[in-house]
Amino acid sequence: MNALYVVLLALVVPPLLLARRPKLALGYARLCVLALACAIVLAPFVWLVAAIFKDKSVLNQYAFFPPLRDWSSKTLNLENFVMLFEGGKRGAQGTISFGRVSFWQYVLNSTVFATVGTMAQLLFCSLGGYALAKYDFTGKAALMTFMLGSMTIPSVLLLAPLYRMIVGFGLVDTLTGLILPGMVSAYGIFLFRQACLSVPDEMIDAGRIDGCSEFTIYFRLVMPLVRPMAAAFCLMSFLWHWNAFFAPNVFLHSEANLTLPVVLNMYINDYSQEYGVFLAGTAIAVIPPAVLFLVLQKEFISGLTAGAVKG
Amino acid sequence: MRTNRSQAPTADGAARAAPVGASPIATGASGKPRARWAPYLFLSPYVLLSAVFFVVPFVSAIVLAFYATNGPRARVFVGLGNFAFLLKDPMFFCALRNTTVFACCSVVLQLPLSMGLALLLNTSRGRLRGFFRLILFSPNLVGQIFVGILFSVLFVPRYGLINRSFQALFHWGLEERWLSNPSLVLPAIVLTSLWVWVGFNMVYFLAALQGVDASLEEAARIDGANAWQVFWHVTLPGIRHVVVFVLITTVIGSYQLFELPLALLSSTRGRGPDNAGLMLITYLNEIAFEDGDLGLGAALGWVVALIIFGISLAQIRLTRVMED
Repeated sequence: MNALYVVLLALVVPPLLLARRPKLALGYARLCVLALACAIVLAPFVWLVAAIFKDKSVLNQYAFFPPLRDWSSKTLNLENFVMLFEGGKRGAQGTISFGRVSFWQYVLNSTVFATVGTMAQLLFCSLGGYALAKYDFTGKAALMTFMLGSMTIPSVLLLAPLYRMIVGFGLVDTLTGLILPGMVSAYGIFLFRQACLSVPDEMIDAGRIDGCSEFTIYFRLVMPLVRPMAAAFCLMSFLWHWNAFFAPNVFLHSEANLTLPVVLNMYINDYSQEYGVFLAGTAIAVIPPAVLFLVLQKEFISGLTAGAVKG
Repeated sequence: MRTNRSQAPTADGAARAAPVGASPIATGASGKPRARWAPYLFLSPYVLLSAVFFVVPFVSAIVLAFYATNGPRARVFVGLGNFAFLLKDPMFFCALRNTTVFACCSVVLQLPLSMGLALLLNTSRGRLRGFFRLILFSPNLVGQIFVGILFSVLFVPRYGLINRSFQALFHWGLEERWLSNPSLVLPAIVLTSLWVWVGFNMVYFLAALQGVDASLEEAARIDGANAWQVFWHVTLPGIRHVVVFVLITTVIGSYQLFELPLALLSSTRGRGPDNAGLMLITYLNEIAFEDGDLGLGAALGWVVALIIFGISLAQIRLTRVMED
């Protein structure tokens, strides 16, 4: 409690001292508010890091880490990770019995789903966007109207009939059945169309004079120029696939085929509440998107906002 | 732009003055002409895949809404029965009310917070701005399912991080049972959603603010406008497109909210105490994929689609009004 007042005093006193220099005081106040916002955003992450090392019995006993004098293998250990990698034997009473499938199988499933899905979307959306931006052809206006219209239909509406279709194709409970319907997106095509509009026509024509095939022009000349948008789109698409829950939860049934969000969600059910194990899994599941985000940060922000800022 | 190119010699005076040989592409005389088949080939993956996986389900969603089904195979025609059932279904109205309240809270709390942070960040120096933006955006890297369950532990009475924080700051809330008290469930969902989406919307606002002409704001300030007047009369109109865009995506996203409450209230399968946390899509998921009535689920899906469609129309209206 006392610590809180010290912090408050430390926040309030400097601006009072700076009262004669309002610009500096204002800048200081702004920094304080931003730092506070960041602290609020980061607190759950710090808590998460502490939680995955805490023993089940003390998960909620300490706000974050236990005080140093309480550190022992009874409060801090790797039990959560052991259980995660062994498949959660204590949670075996649920409808799904864990233990036969390795955790890495789920990581692999999620990775396949996210990378194949992202790569397919990247290829098809960039091809489509390039065609819409740089060619004139019969039916173009109709197609674009159709695409705009399709974007207003919420995907949940289509999930039930889509599920029936996938059952009909015999693709239910396979990653193929999950990836196939999501391989194209009208939104992605529009993003790439906008990026391709700024590619100079002269360059494409020059490529054509040099005898490049249409596909070579797209692949060798256009794609390198729209790389920032491609990077942003990759991250968006990857995040969407990697964290998807609704569709995988409906489409996948057998234990060996599930993706990370679906399987981790099963650690929390009516029969068992293995929060520590779930959170350990969450911490692992956050790593790939975080790494991608740090690498592609700059392109991502500009690509994300390109559609909106241009109006 | 694109048609200009192929007609350049006639449409553009400057190009007409140049010798014809200077633009051989348009005539196809010395270079290869643009292949006519290329755009069709490039768009064929989209056209084929969306014909199979969008148009067909779309049509069958229309058909399905008039049938009562039991699982993927058995079905009986019921006409408008599904819609009539929904209109008499108290659970549907409960879900509709919860979702609408959530959408309103999102707009009223999320957008001003995002805008405030964006305004604060807009005046910061470049590197600092990038750093804060990175942190504030980071919750979006975590899937909604993970966020939901993580926060369900943070909301635990007496021990949860949020309960402890409220106690330390306001001397209230240590023993509050956020997730099992019907009147606190929606606030808990709203708080969680703020943690995720304030930073997301802020990124959009910030990008828009960077494009505002600073000299206009400066001129207003010299004319004696105070900070609020400058923001309301100069800055906000300058970024109105983005504000409308964010507003609409926020509302549409709110009506499609599903995974977050499902995980947050996992002990009641996303319903919450007295169904206080039941959302439209949560209800759809329950009807269609847990009870197996895909027909009633499709009917509910159409109702949600109509709501979203109405909001999209309102967006177009709003943009037009603001253009004038």
